Amino acid sequence: MTEKTCDLFDCGHRACGGCGAALVARLVTKAAGKDSIFVSSTGCMEVFSTPYPETAWKVPWIHSLFENAAAVASGVEASLKKQGRKEKVVIMAGDGATFDIGMICISGAFERGHDFTYICYDNEAYMNTGIQRSGATPYDASTTTSPAGKCSFGNKRQKKDMPAILAAHGAPYVATTSIAYPADLLQKVEKAIATPGPSYVQVHAPCCTGWGFEGEQTIAIAKLAIETGLWVNYEMIDGKVTKVKKVVRKPVEEYLKTQKRFRHLFKPKRQDAEIAAIQAIADKNAEKFGIDIKLPPKKE
Amino acid sequence: MMEITEGSHAIAEAVRLCRPQVISAYPITPQTHIVEALADFVANCQLDAEYITVENELSALSACIGASAAGSRTYSATTSQGLALMFEVCFNAAGMRLPIIMSIANRALGAPLSIWNDQQDSISLRDSGWLQFYAEDNQEATDLHLLAYKVAEDHSIQLPAFVCFDGFILSHTYEPVDMLTQEDVDKYLPKFSPYERLDAADPISFGMYATPEYYPEFRYEMDQAQKRAKDVIAKAGKEFGAMFGRDYSALIEGYRLEDADTAIVAMGSICGTIKDAIDEMRVEGKKVGLLKIRVFRPFPSEEIAKMLSHVKRVAVLDKNISLGAKGATALEVRDALYGSTIPVKGYVLGLGGRDVRKKDIKEIVALSEKGQGDIFYGLRKELI
Amino acid sequence: MALAVGCRARPGKARDNKTGSWRVFKPVFDHEKCSKCGMCSTLCPEGCIHEDAEGFFDPDYTYCKGCGICAVECPKEAIAMKQEEK
Repeated sequence: MTEKTCDLFDCGHRACGGCGAALVARLVTKAAGKDSIFVSSTGCMEVFSTPYPETAWKVPWIHSLFENAAAVASGVEASLKKQGRKEKVVIMAGDGATFDIGMICISGAFERGHDFTYICYDNEAYMNTGIQRSGATPYDASTTTSPAGKCSFGNKRQKKDMPAILAAHGAPYVATTSIAYPADLLQKVEKAIATPGPSYVQVHAPCCTGWGFEGEQTIAIAKLAIETGLWVNYEMIDGKVTKVKKVVRKPVEEYLKTQKRFRHLFKPKRQDAEIAAIQAIADKNAEKFGIDIKLPPKKE
Repeated sequence: MMEITEGSHAIAEAVRLCRPQVISAYPITPQTHIVEALADFVANCQLDAEYITVENELSALSACIGASAAGSRTYSATTSQGLALMFEVCFNAAGMRLPIIMSIANRALGAPLSIWNDQQDSISLRDSGWLQFYAEDNQEATDLHLLAYKVAEDHSIQLPAFVCFDGFILSHTYEPVDMLTQEDVDKYLPKFSPYERLDAADPISFGMYATPEYYPEFRYEMDQAQKRAKDVIAKAGKEFGAMFGRDYSALIEGYRLEDADTAIVAMGSICGTIKDAIDEMRVEGKKVGLLKIRVFRPFPSEEIAKMLSHVKRVAVLDKNISLGAKGATALEVRDALYGSTIPVKGYVLGLGGRDVRKKDIKEIVALSEKGQGDIFYGLRKELI
Repeated sequence: MALAVGCRARPGKARDNKTGSWRVFKPVFDHEKCSKCGMCSTLCPEGCIHEDAEGFFDPDYTYCKGCGICAVECPKEAIAMKQEEK
């Protein structure tokens, strides 16, 4: 990993204090370096970084619409190719723009095999518009359009498996990472950028405002997501899972109880069946990816 | 060099000669022959461009936005449903001030589904900030692409442009067209020199958001650019005339209008039919003339008012209808003549490809003389 | 100042927005405890923690929003959040 000291994402942006996405912007621009062109979708990151005339981006950057970052990036890439220029194209889009409204554009761009890197900062809901559910919202999370209530436990569906979808498109490099482990994030983004063709990196970026926790806990909660198996850090090379972060697993409850969006699972009454269902999701992840560190049996 | 060629092929050749670096388009009837011809040029090394086979129209224009911002001359083409699908992208491209050129093979909008010609599609985007050119025949359809690039790319304009031509009627018919050479076009249209571009050597943020403190002034600046386009079109059109013998400096053109009692106002291929009808009516002693609009945006209000100042009545033909109101051209012509006593009546016709014949033009003139208008012309009474 | 065509800007003006005014709590860095690991600087969402000539770290209070991530993550507990006197 090369030494990168200059900050290509400036201070003075308007992200909430403790914002996971802001950290993603800092780290990804650090990994990409100054010879890159960033393409953003509409969303928290775009809004908190570019209220005219204040821009936090010290790399060339373009924002068009909510759904079309992948298509705009396809055009940038084609243009650079024709001009014989070497800048790397990096897309920065939230889970809303990626999992939902941007699906058509992403599918087309990945199918065509453009040489770019797609970074999805996943805060698991449409945060910029006020915390509405997305295809990335986890099971039972309460959002404003999937609220917990007298006859609802919140979001009814599990996270859409975007990495698998894009691997199925033939993406040569797909990875998941988290702001919990910045060295891992930097390494994976660098690798994605260096890989020819369309790469995808999904970055877990907890949102204190949307998930309901104190901003100082952002990194700690990101770690808990991984330690409970609800988020798995892995790499896929040409569609095959190659590297997985292993953990000594904690029960999901330790993660769920830290966030207001899961509060309804504990108050006013503890919802054992729902917590068990979420534990089952974590267990399934653990089995699928082989994340459990096998501890030696305890001596009597 | 004169060639008898299909409209689509003449247009594709004109685009090829303009040397776009990135082409991004989604096929849709009746534009398909253009995008196919361009793909063929690229496949045979006759056009050095990146050809992006996008998966839908909104991606087509979005890719043009990215390519144009990165510093390439770009091209797209669509119509009807495709144009409607890229509605928000059109507003975005104009607001981002990117000189993208897009051919529109005018076609009716569904529902009901129709593949045949009318001008509802491009007219429905008249608010978007795109310059709009309308071709009467395949020669104009071809030439206007060159004019459009030159005007759009002018640093005092920086707006995208539609070059509109009636689907099937022009795109799929064979007409004699004077095709220019690469040398000709290179002399008229220099290499694309973007005002600004995405460049690591000089990082700029494109497409920021504007609070109420700034937004209205951005929109005002776009309107000013539209207004400036009149002079830039005049200059570029005159230069075209000096080089190639066909002058496009005027946004509107009169045909036998100088001594006319009745003026017909229209856009597009219908003007050819109207001119023939006028010649016949003149033989019969009727003083009818045509005001052809070639540039719809910016709307040549003052020019139209001046050209119509002497007539007794105006009949405006619209191949579009703002449902619940009137045809767009009729409304804007009426606005141009506000304050004058000259009666202006609108006639909505030709929707969904319904044929317009010389006798229809004559009937409309007769209706206009009787003061009857602001109607859907030519409806099949047995159906309603 | 006249508008930039197309709502664009070159870098720099974000710095006009002095987000330090958002703070309620202020991080205080104890160099005695600091192991110079740099985690605070890496994890700061603002990017306002900078290394000094001796390799210690300090926040730029002009921009520090007082989120407290640095204090929670510092492996040496060398950062404490103190309520700010205004």
